[in-house]
Amino acid sequence: MEAGTKPKISGARLCCCCNQRRAALKRPKTLEQICRECFYEVFEEEIHQVIVENQLFKPGERIAIGASGGKDSTVLAYVLSELNRRHNYGLDLFLLSVDEGITGYRDDSLETVKRNELQYGLPLKIVSYKDLYGWTMDEIVKMIGLKNNCTFCGVFRRQALDRGAALLKVDKVATGHNADDIAETVLLNILRDWVDALQLLLVKMDLFLDANLLSIYSPNAYRGFAREFIKDLERLRPRAILDIIKSGENFRISASTKMPEQGTCERCGYISSQKWCKACVLLEGLNRGLPKLGIGRSRGLNSDVKKDVKQDSGTKSIESKQCGSLDF
Amino acid sequence: MACNSATCNSSGCYKEYAEEQRQPTTRNNGSAAAQKNLCVKCKSNEPVCCGIAGDDARFCKDCFKTNLYGKFKQAVSYNALITPSDKVLVAFSGGPSSRVGLQFVHEMQCRAQNNYDASKDKSLPVFGVGVAFIDESSVHSFTSIEIEKAIEDIRSIVSNLSPPEKELYVVPSENIFSSDSIEGKEKLKKLVDGVSDVTGKEDLLVHLRMLALQKVASENGYTRVVLGTCTSRIACHVISATVKGQGYSLSADIQYVDSRWEIPVVLPLRDCPAQELNTLCSLDGLEIVELINGPCSSINGLVSSFVKVLQEENPSRECTIVRTAGKLTPFHFNRIPDIHDSNIPSATRKRLKRQSLNPNGSISSESFCPICNSPLNKSNFSSSLSNLESDQISTNFAAACCSSCQFQILPKDPSLMEQFVSLLPQPLIARAKRGDQGDFRLLREQIQDFLLSDGCMARHSQGDKLFLAIAMNPDQWLVPASVPCH
Repeated sequence: MEAGTKPKISGARLCCCCNQRRAALKRPKTLEQICRECFYEVFEEEIHQVIVENQLFKPGERIAIGASGGKDSTVLAYVLSELNRRHNYGLDLFLLSVDEGITGYRDDSLETVKRNELQYGLPLKIVSYKDLYGWTMDEIVKMIGLKNNCTFCGVFRRQALDRGAALLKVDKVATGHNADDIAETVLLNILRDWVDALQLLLVKMDLFLDANLLSIYSPNAYRGFAREFIKDLERLRPRAILDIIKSGENFRISASTKMPEQGTCERCGYISSQKWCKACVLLEGLNRGLPKLGIGRSRGLNSDVKKDVKQDSGTKSIESKQCGSLDF
Repeated sequence: MACNSATCNSSGCYKEYAEEQRQPTTRNNGSAAAQKNLCVKCKSNEPVCCGIAGDDARFCKDCFKTNLYGKFKQAVSYNALITPSDKVLVAFSGGPSSRVGLQFVHEMQCRAQNNYDASKDKSLPVFGVGVAFIDESSVHSFTSIEIEKAIEDIRSIVSNLSPPEKELYVVPSENIFSSDSIEGKEKLKKLVDGVSDVTGKEDLLVHLRMLALQKVASENGYTRVVLGTCTSRIACHVISATVKGQGYSLSADIQYVDSRWEIPVVLPLRDCPAQELNTLCSLDGLEIVELINGPCSSINGLVSSFVKVLQEENPSRECTIVRTAGKLTPFHFNRIPDIHDSNIPSATRKRLKRQSLNPNGSISSESFCPICNSPLNKSNFSSSLSNLESDQISTNFAAACCSSCQFQILPKDPSLMEQFVSLLPQPLIARAKRGDQGDFRLLREQIQDFLLSDGCMARHSQGDKLFLAIAMNPDQWLVPASVPCH
């Protein structure tokens, strides 16, 4: 949660927890001056409380940690392995990474994950787009260009993580989403008129798997604005991020907003709200040389695949929506 | 829901746009080149610039104005914002939005007057219009020359709008105190200076302004307060309320009607983007009185520059934001209270009746924050429950406030807090006291599921809530056998 914490030089002030060592940073969440040791302690204890209060894990469970190699998931891997040892959760932990096949982007971060594997002694499983779908992200981009590729990446990554989890036979997947990510998602959903998505987000926080932020193929303008806006906000008022999440939880969303029913994909057996799951629709499009298939928000796309091909020209007007056609 | 805007034409509402785009091109295929530079509506006049990019000029001057007035008129008649027997007070700041609001209300009144003069039986009366300007010079650093000039301009604007005659009230904001003006001025200054947070200070001023408007309206017998809040302002409010953690009460502030107040407040310009209002002002030569405030470093300022950037990137973004927020469930007070007026067209009356029957409008929350008057969430309420034992006024007052006001407006220090509460105008204190009673009603509602009524046992699922209920008054409650007892 406190991944955004920045160390600040603060004269000779003492830590307000132990009152002995010099304060090393100011926590945005509480505005406390705190030393390095106490920060670790408080931070880990808070996560422990969240886990205990929400009964996230049961003893003996196998847990996969979604590891991208970034700071959030590295912190998550460290904290979970540490807490598991300290509080005897009795969990079997694994690292699970997805290799999209983006040269110069993922191969570097996978090195970090491999280092984590050695450091924390957690077994690592890497699932690649190439193995699962027969396409790397580089090949997909070559096929469909720089627009809309985030749809593929997002849908495929979500499913890849689930399939990797199935291969490892784990019970749960833990991801390193932090408060900033969730705040940003709440904001973006307001900007894009996705109240339904907002509701879904609240029901299944872990569903929103969106590591597109740093991807070299993602030149999306307003996501960048939103990120910057949140950073500015944090500077003005650190608690604003938690306030955004609170707002998101308290929105009066009417109960009549329809929720999709959960079914299974007729093609691959993965959970899906439609006849075919999104990944299969996209993959079908790729393999048949109709990459636009399944992009956009047209309903009934599953019921009649042929009709959709005809409508292809109609999707032109929404091509400006590069990112975030990620349908739930 | 189409956003029905002349400037709204990209991906936010791409569906409407796509249809709109396809139709004209198929219809005018042959003569497309010739018609390219004509107004899309009347196809006879040159289009004028709508304020954004040059190629967005799609309407001619008259069609543009008709379109904008149409949005206003539709909002008014669909929601019965102004009825013939009303007396409306237009809150006029001098800015473009409220200037257009005033102009449109005036035009509507003129039409009503013409109809009245032409009709034989004189059955439909003409609604009355008054104008209020809240003079905030005691909290802002305007020079006295600036403010006198502004008031002079406002007087001439309003007097040029007759007939029918409109009364102008120039009210200093310290008017909210019952004491005399010099003492009030000092009190107000002290009160506002007591707020350390920049954003909190701005928000407090907004709340006090509403208080001043309400006071003018009720003292002079008005039945509606008209605000010039436009789409852009609402979009900014949506984001800033989200950022301040007011997600629950957000939907209360962005509807056409807000009858939380003694005199219902209406927003007929809710569907008009600021850009179009600015354009109308410059096209029609509507005079604007601007009192320029220095640059603001508050969250509100940051949010409005953020929305501005987004709007530049995509001209329909503001509409999209308002549409998203419009899907949130409004509160029971977001409609005109008791419509028995026989002068309202029957279709409107039926529609409003249907709306009020909606389960959406059910009374779900009865207590309000004494400072910002926003409805309180139940979770908010339970956190304040623990503070109820204290008998100090200031602590009780703080406990009744929403968490956002507690953070950004109320002083943290207890002695400062006491001073702050002592300076607050009477209506706010009264609201806090009413809120106390509301708390009990809310508590009743919260534990209503556990009440035994007419011999049938109420069902429930949460054991701990039940536990609370038993602890409150053991005689009234019965524990059904199926409930796990702790």
